[in-house]
Amino acid sequence: MTTAPLSSAINDVDRAPAISAAVVAFPSALPRRIDFGRIAASLARTLVPPLVMLAIILVVWQVACSGPNATLPPPSQVWMESGDLIMSPFYNNGDADVGLGWRIISSLQRVAFGFGLAAVAGVVLGAIVGQSVWAMRGLDPIFQILRTVPPLAWLPLSLAAFRDSHPAAIFVIFITSIWPVIINTAVGVRQIPDDYRNVARILQLNPLEFFFKIMVPSAAPYIFTGLRIGVGLSWLAIVAAEMLTGGVGIGFFIWDAWNSSHLPDIIVALVYIGVVGFLLDRLVAGIGAFVTRGTSAK
Amino acid sequence: MSAYLQIDHVDKVFERGGQRTEVLKDVTLSIAKGEIVAIIGHSGCGKSTLLNLVAGLTEVSAGGIILEHTEVNSPGPDRSVVFQNHSLLPWLTVYENVNLAVAKLFGRTKTAAERHDWVMRNLDLVQMAHAKDKRPTEISGGMKQRVGIARALAMEPKILLLDEPFGALDALTRAHLQDAVMEIHQRLQNTMIMITHDVDEAVLLADRIVMMTNGPAARIGEVLEVPLARPRRRTELVTDRTYLRCREAVLKFLYERHRFVEAA
Repeated sequence: MTTAPLSSAINDVDRAPAISAAVVAFPSALPRRIDFGRIAASLARTLVPPLVMLAIILVVWQVACSGPNATLPPPSQVWMESGDLIMSPFYNNGDADVGLGWRIISSLQRVAFGFGLAAVAGVVLGAIVGQSVWAMRGLDPIFQILRTVPPLAWLPLSLAAFRDSHPAAIFVIFITSIWPVIINTAVGVRQIPDDYRNVARILQLNPLEFFFKIMVPSAAPYIFTGLRIGVGLSWLAIVAAEMLTGGVGIGFFIWDAWNSSHLPDIIVALVYIGVVGFLLDRLVAGIGAFVTRGTSAK
Repeated sequence: MSAYLQIDHVDKVFERGGQRTEVLKDVTLSIAKGEIVAIIGHSGCGKSTLLNLVAGLTEVSAGGIILEHTEVNSPGPDRSVVFQNHSLLPWLTVYENVNLAVAKLFGRTKTAAERHDWVMRNLDLVQMAHAKDKRPTEISGGMKQRVGIARALAMEPKILLLDEPFGALDALTRAHLQDAVMEIHQRLQNTMIMITHDVDEAVLLADRIVMMTNGPAARIGEVLEVPLARPRRRTELVTDRTYLRCREAVLKFLYERHRFVEAA
């Protein structure tokens, strides 16, 4: 009874393309109607509580910093003196007098460069360390020690080596963010099931094909964990590095504002840094979730 | 009977930290083209090791394996394996899993359209064309195993190696897949080695059943010819005297002469 439909299907194999074309046409998902009520409700659930908390914090801050002996500016003063920084992030008065948006962008460019290098080098090094038992034994203790070195401790060496603040800052980002990428990639590569390796061996995939077709997709959840930690660290590092190296950038802006006693400017800059750092983290997490769909579920 | 695959006095010894474990001892077997050979034995008798040796995934300690005048010493697509736990790549769709093999092996010799047809043809062969855009997590265990067979067949292997392919499936699904394997064999006349611990499966599918003694140092205890005509239908075989005789022979070997003493 079970063999009857089977044999007819197999006899049809010669006409396979025509049949498959017909079979493959899945009915596409029906266009769903957008339920505005539900979207509004869920938006309210996520937005209202943080807004309420923010209002409370601002009020407490305002009260705390309104006394005659207050050392820090209250929010009202921040708004009055530095409101232009918030309202127009992209003004450009020439030379070094530019809006915070431009400064953030130039900081982000450094991060993109340093972190991009760290991501590529970290995944390659992590793959090597994960693949080879001896590389693991030799390099892992060294990595574990180097990764605890704070970003700024690298800066003098970096300045001495590059003799220019721009590549030095990028190197600091690179060296700060590469360790979690290497370590997580190595762990991910070591977790690749033997079955996947056997499939690759039977297909005689060369090392490059194995790297791109098996290793990277299989280790992707681990790699993205490393990248996410790495991008957070590199954003920490860039602010600190720019405070010391100067030039256009959010870190140097803070240092400059401190030197000219513009405390409200510093507070606005902190908010910018926090928001951008949060967005960077979400961005990498989002890319990770998109790339590893299907992999994470067993 | 000309030997297509020749396993010649093969020993396999695992050495680890100064400890020698002799798994296989002096295994000799020749398999003709188009034959289905089932290897049966208690767990731990080294039947999977034997399959891995033929696949080239493990190296022989002594002796040699020759497939069509060429010695086997590394894995290759001419000896494709259907793994017990399917081993599909979860980040690829059903189509992409088969295409991974097709693109690698026929990337230079076939055009893109021919490669597509070849993937679909193999998916059709296992009746999985309808799920070509699904991911392995979205299909059942039996379906995964069908795709695993399609991937192995798409490599156009000289010999198909099945490592307890249906062991993890329920009885009904297993029966469907056994029928599928028989249909494929009927159609392609390909050579297969199948590891199993299911006596009925061995008698139903195989032309010859190789019975392994218990390890360590397992040997081939006995080889049984199954002289049943093809196509075989499980419903008719239930009362077939040859079938029952073969079944009895295997059962006696496994449970009387080579009872697995350590088994709980």
